[in-house]
Amino acid sequence: MATDVSAYEEMIKGLWRDNPVFVQVLGMCPMLAVTNSAINAVVMGLATFFVLVTSSFLVSSFKQWIPKQVRISLYVIIIATFVTVVDYSLLAMLPAIHKELGAFIPLIVANCMILGRQEAFASKHGVKYAVMDAVGMSAGFMIALFSLGAVREILGVGALFGVDLFSANFEPWVIMILPPGGFLTLGLLLLFFNWFTERRRQFLIKVADVDKIAVGVKDNG
Amino acid sequence: MDDLLWIFISTLLVNNFVLAYFLGLCPFLGVSGQLLTSFRLGLATTFVLIITALCAWVLNTYVLIHAPYLRLISFIVVIASTVQFIEMSIKKLSPSLFKSLGIFLPLITTNCAILGLAIFATNRGYGLVEGLVFALGAGAGFTLAMVLMAGIREETEIMDVPVLIRGTAFNLIIAGILSMAFMGFAGLFSST
Repeated sequence: MATDVSAYEEMIKGLWRDNPVFVQVLGMCPMLAVTNSAINAVVMGLATFFVLVTSSFLVSSFKQWIPKQVRISLYVIIIATFVTVVDYSLLAMLPAIHKELGAFIPLIVANCMILGRQEAFASKHGVKYAVMDAVGMSAGFMIALFSLGAVREILGVGALFGVDLFSANFEPWVIMILPPGGFLTLGLLLLFFNWFTERRRQFLIKVADVDKIAVGVKDNG
Repeated sequence: MDDLLWIFISTLLVNNFVLAYFLGLCPFLGVSGQLLTSFRLGLATTFVLIITALCAWVLNTYVLIHAPYLRLISFIVVIASTVQFIEMSIKKLSPSLFKSLGIFLPLITTNCAILGLAIFATNRGYGLVEGLVFALGAGAGFTLAMVLMAGIREETEIMDVPVLIRGTAFNLIIAGILSMAFMGFAGLFSST
């Protein structure tokens, strides 16, 4: 029972508290380059999900046999193998999206978040925890990708998943689907995230203070 | 000759690796605190990019026509080991050069700009000379973006910026404005 709870915690931490994008600021390149529409963001998120979960699984199952000195190169080769699998599968199944994502599918290899999880987590923990952690981290990554892609598509095209949201009077902010829009949106999202975290922290301090005062009053009384 | 010049200018300004393709963002956001360091990192990256273009051309011409599915794995392995080999030889041959550039070399190999360059050059079917010019343009563009960013960040150090926005959020917004400025170059070529 206790192990189940902590495995669940390993998964849930990637969603918000240790979110790979908003908190650790990792994996920026694919994050910005492919999020000009929500569907691209989701496909990229799923591809990263597959690569991270499978390589975490493999790394944590083989961790006894991986020599310390060459571990990084081995991780990279494992990751590159799965990225090749994803690349060719997408080419076969979703050729239109594969064309749009183009060179950024192979670039999943260079996503420092994936290598980071292997080095920091999968190589030190059992298979179950490693997979749970990978699921949580890539889900957190997907949430970040999706929120960025959705904001950019809604503002830049006036649509979400290709469905028009506004009347014909809406003037699209073309800049949002161009490169500067990516930088600005992510900057503002990070700012919002920081603001929210700070507000929450202050709220918690306040609650703790109130509790302390209440306890003090009780003691005095 | 015109073609080569076009490739150089277009990768330097119009399709800047950092500001238009989002490649090499980790050093761009992480190491751009000081002007001199950024400039040196830019030079070292340019060097690695040129080596990459060479490796990619050799692999594409002699190996990958037989086994295209090995592209990704062989790029990574060959580029990383070549850079490591060069790093060791620089350390041996010229310690002063190693001091100013060498420490960055292993870091750069994991930079997505390196792999991105190899993949873009392959997808566009560049030959050896075109690939080298492409690498030079990409490196110069990266250095330019790094130096501009570091210059701006050094200035903002003394400004009164709210604590909440300091850090990555602020750098990203600066990068957004820089990227917007670079979009002005898109008019340089009508054929882009």
